[in-house]
Amino acid sequence: MLTFVARRLLHAIPILLGVSMLVFGLVQMIPGNPIDLLLPPEAPPELIAQMTAAYGFDKPLHIQYFSWLGRTLQGDLGYSIFTGAPVARELMSALGNTFVLAVPAALLGFALGVGLGALAAFHQGTWIDKAASAFAITGVSLPHYWFAIVLVVIFSVTLNWLPAQGMGFEGLPGSFAEARSLVLPVVTLSLIPMGVVARVVRATVLEVLNQEFVATLRAKGLIDREVLLHVLKNAAPAALAVMGLQFGYLLGGSILVETVFNWPGSGNLLNLAIFRRDVPVMQATIVVLAFFFVLVNLLVDIAQAAIDPRIRR
Amino acid sequence: MKHEAIIDEPMVEVRDLHVSFGKGAGAVRAVNGVSFALRKGEVLGVLGESGSGKSVMLRTLLGLLPAHARTEGTVTVAGQPVLSLPPDALRRLRGSTVAMIFQEPMTAFDPVFTIGRQIAETIMRHDRVGRDAAMKRAQELLELVAIPSAKGRLANYPHEMSGGMRQRAMIALALACRPSVLLADEPTTALDVTVQIQILLLLRRLQAELDMAVVFVTHDIGVAVEISDRIGVMYAGRFVEEAPIEALVDAHAHPYTRGLLASTVHGQRKGERLETIPGAPPNLAALPPGCAFAPRCRHADDRCRAEAPEPRVVGPSHVARCHHLSAGR
Repeated sequence: MLTFVARRLLHAIPILLGVSMLVFGLVQMIPGNPIDLLLPPEAPPELIAQMTAAYGFDKPLHIQYFSWLGRTLQGDLGYSIFTGAPVARELMSALGNTFVLAVPAALLGFALGVGLGALAAFHQGTWIDKAASAFAITGVSLPHYWFAIVLVVIFSVTLNWLPAQGMGFEGLPGSFAEARSLVLPVVTLSLIPMGVVARVVRATVLEVLNQEFVATLRAKGLIDREVLLHVLKNAAPAALAVMGLQFGYLLGGSILVETVFNWPGSGNLLNLAIFRRDVPVMQATIVVLAFFFVLVNLLVDIAQAAIDPRIRR
Repeated sequence: MKHEAIIDEPMVEVRDLHVSFGKGAGAVRAVNGVSFALRKGEVLGVLGESGSGKSVMLRTLLGLLPAHARTEGTVTVAGQPVLSLPPDALRRLRGSTVAMIFQEPMTAFDPVFTIGRQIAETIMRHDRVGRDAAMKRAQELLELVAIPSAKGRLANYPHEMSGGMRQRAMIALALACRPSVLLADEPTTALDVTVQIQILLLLRRLQAELDMAVVFVTHDIGVAVEISDRIGVMYAGRFVEEAPIEALVDAHAHPYTRGLLASTVHGQRKGERLETIPGAPPNLAALPPGCAFAPRCRHADDRCRAEAPEPRVVGPSHVARCHHLSAGR
């Protein structure tokens, strides 16, 4: 198991390097030049040249890449071209705000998804199955910015129970009252993971239930709860794979949901950086998000191997 | 908690059992009137081709059929009416008084739990002991089925064992709560021939030591002869012949039994061409009105095709269903 973990960690290095190259290359391909946006059109050519040199945009691409990579590896993400603030600070704050939504949304979505999926599979073909599956499909198909607005209309405007938008706190919520602003965005964001996980869990549990060993479990005289434990553990690796991906998407933030709830998360930050051609912010955001994506999938790989010994090789 | 049977009361008694799947004309009739009784310490071999209903019959004995199966008749196992037992009582019967061994030990074990854990959880469920005591008992069971270095094997996952070893572990699992009835569903079919013999000898020894009643389902007549006291030959969901082992080999009465015996390989007929039974087993969704074997039987006449034969006594404890009993000899 330990060698498996070590090998997966080593595998992550070339993946991250590849990601960094891809990110750097793609950002370079974006049309438009940050210096043009920063300086007025009538700026003298000397000033443009001076600014270009200051940001290192005059050097050959591979030199730019390696110096950027070197600085990034040392934790120096540079300064925003637009605001002049350190990228690291903006990014930490935005990612933190997204985390505060993503973690509870993932927990809620995964718990509901596993519950609905298992329920549907164990009652295959009955109205319970149909109701649970319909609920899951609805969750994936609803445009969630629309659902967010409906939630706001019901719970904020009509009932006045929950805040319509804004975080109302910094970092982590300090009290129950502050946490109320989390409810609507978290519920909205949990819909897609819930639906996707429910579909996969239902299919996987059905597959497991058709395996011969389930007959053995019943022939052993185990009670339903014990049989369920066996089935879920067998279904877990497939479900975890999907959960890892879904959590990765949540970390990227949802620009639509963040806009509806005026939430300063990573989706917001990235969107803003793209419109401003703020190259350092874009590159840093994408690379850090990609890093988390790789990290989450690494953890999923390890968890799968811990659950299913046949994966450890 | 064991239901000790009085000397002559059968451990397993099946009366006119019918099992079908689906309704109306398209229903698949897997078992069509099986009756037999099995005493303590007795081994009944159930011999039949694939699709003869033998596995369905065996699973019925443990109430393991899918929910859409329809059953008729009575099944009494260790004094319990299996078909009408409430789920909880049925669950207590399974794995404790009545245990089952499956054909393919690779798929019959849960791949993501250790062998030790899978044996121990049965013991913990039925005998209400703690994990340590259950693990200790699991180790004794692995020793009982002659698995070397049993203690270390407890921590093995099913895929870490060889086929023969897995089937030994499966037997250990079945014996976990000292069952009085053992149901074996082709337990040697998936194994190499040399391993088959070891497993058969092991089963035979344990059966005698623990005085279990065993129903042993197989399609291999050699295996059936090796392990059984009596054999029921199953065709299209019926016992077409049931006899003590010597009578079945030497004085079989049914043409199907004769065909089965003639189509096995053995040394005395070296160089001769093997006989086969022409045709294929009948479609269980569209059984003929008469004898189900008639379309493949060279003795069949109009009566065979019109009227299903009733069981007739051929000798002591020897029964066959055929209109032309002497033709099988």
